[in-house]
Amino acid sequence: MTASGQPGSVGVVETSTVRLFNEDAPLVLASGETLAPVDVAYETYGVLDAEASNAVFICHALTGDAHAAGYHADATRPGWWDNLIGPGKPLDTDRFFVICANLIGGCQGSTGPSSTNPETGQAYGLDFPLLEVSDLVTVHRALVAHLGITRLLAVVGGSLGGMQALQWALSHPDDLANAVVVASSSRLTAQNIAFSAVARRAIMADRQFRNGQYAAEGTLPAVGLSIARMMAHITYLSEDAFTEKFGRAPQFETSRRGFGIDFAVESYLDHQGTTFLERFDALSYLYLTRVMDYFDPFADPHALDRIRERPVRHLVLSFDTDWRFSTDHSLRIVRRLERAGVPVSFRELTSAYGHDSFLLASPTYHATLTAYFDHALEVGP
Amino acid sequence: MTSAPSLRPDLELVAAQIPDGSRVLDLGCGSGDLLAHLIADRGCTGTGVEIDPDAVLAALRRGVPLIDRRIEESIAYIAAGSYDTVVLSRTLQTMLAPEFVLRHMARIAPRLIVSMPNFGYYRNRGRLLRGRMPVSKEIPYAWYDTPNLRFTTLADLEDLFDRLDLRVERRYTYAQQGQQLRMYGRMANLLAAAAVYVLRPSG
Repeated sequence: MTASGQPGSVGVVETSTVRLFNEDAPLVLASGETLAPVDVAYETYGVLDAEASNAVFICHALTGDAHAAGYHADATRPGWWDNLIGPGKPLDTDRFFVICANLIGGCQGSTGPSSTNPETGQAYGLDFPLLEVSDLVTVHRALVAHLGITRLLAVVGGSLGGMQALQWALSHPDDLANAVVVASSSRLTAQNIAFSAVARRAIMADRQFRNGQYAAEGTLPAVGLSIARMMAHITYLSEDAFTEKFGRAPQFETSRRGFGIDFAVESYLDHQGTTFLERFDALSYLYLTRVMDYFDPFADPHALDRIRERPVRHLVLSFDTDWRFSTDHSLRIVRRLERAGVPVSFRELTSAYGHDSFLLASPTYHATLTAYFDHALEVGP
Repeated sequence: MTSAPSLRPDLELVAAQIPDGSRVLDLGCGSGDLLAHLIADRGCTGTGVEIDPDAVLAALRRGVPLIDRRIEESIAYIAAGSYDTVVLSRTLQTMLAPEFVLRHMARIAPRLIVSMPNFGYYRNRGRLLRGRMPVSKEIPYAWYDTPNLRFTTLADLEDLFDRLDLRVERRYTYAQQGQQLRMYGRMANLLAAAAVYVLRPSG
């Protein structure tokens, strides 16, 4: 707690960038393809203790970035998980050392499909290799090694972030003592994939997409990307959340019935789509949604072999109004782990806000995380 | 793992029935007293099932693996034979479908430990004779405000065990004040306020 007794902020932070793979030592992907160079943008909060035993790695979701907490200089909005990370918060930076990195395939500082392909001098575009969740983990591990940490206290993530935490625990259980998997899934349903398919089609059918070479051609598939975001955003909220926020409120006081923005909810989605263009890249959207589509770790009959030998404690959380990754997705993970004898805890939390609830600060959610993290720290890695 | 300072007497007895290193499922585990003890001091592993919000937080804080779901929902998904012992402490009477719960327990583990308040306890009978529903240390609720849905005497409970091919390996009976009774046969149905059964599916 800060002097005022209120949970505090980590203050002003900066994103660092490190080259983790180069031409001499390229990143070898699960597919066997190689990628170099690979740069990773990351931030850290708090202080790594002398035994390097208090490190928690945060994995971000589809459109997140390395800026999880605190403020960038001159910014008015804090990082995307600021309610979780900071003095007096569940990941109390007076006690925990917290790391967050931008995903490869992303577009906020780490190498992705819009980075320059050294062979062509142009953006990779669709020549960028397809990625898997295990590739994201490979790069996270390289960053952790770079930071001088041999074993993490916990890996924490929501949605696609939870997939990384799960994959990490399954494939490298020696690396971590705890995995916290929130509002996530071990296997997308047909409906989940269908939503992603429409989003990708919107992007690729945009005439400005130019087969992925829009940067070289000086265009931008803005319409496609904003439609993709508008639709995805609908799946992130519950019906009740939309009703509570907008109801059927008109956008303008005088009725203007037509095919423009008549309702407040339409204006909101339009705004979501437009602001997304400033921070996200269409190619990254294609690549990272595909990463999620193919994630199915338990399809491997040996998926649980390693974790059975070296159990990683798990906390799996879902939200009752999340219809993108409903509680059934979380229970599937719980069952797989529990049947392998892996210590797993599960809660379904009540929230009005759907999938996005994992980013919000509800008392029960945070009390659950606090109880779990406090014990994790007490036991150590 | 934080060790429990001292266990409730009936949990002490339950713990004594569980071999070191067992894998234990504790249905209605509360704050995880039993599992915390078994994991910390007895080399056991296990999972608790509990829905009371404060108890759930307390169990998580002490590192007990815990599923926050109703027992009836949870057990159907637990693999057959995946635990050595499954415990149900003073909870069967709150289940809408006690037979369903017992059947699943028998599927999950070769050893069941079930504790139950005895509604046939003589003081309860006395209350009923005076025209009042039993309220006691073991059943401390008014009829309109009780989590207990199923009322049984030890005799009726043992009939159900029979029907489900659950062999009573041991039975421990208690007086109202919690001291153990040395009692065998039908007298327990009158004189015991509660009982702990160790059961073995004989199927």
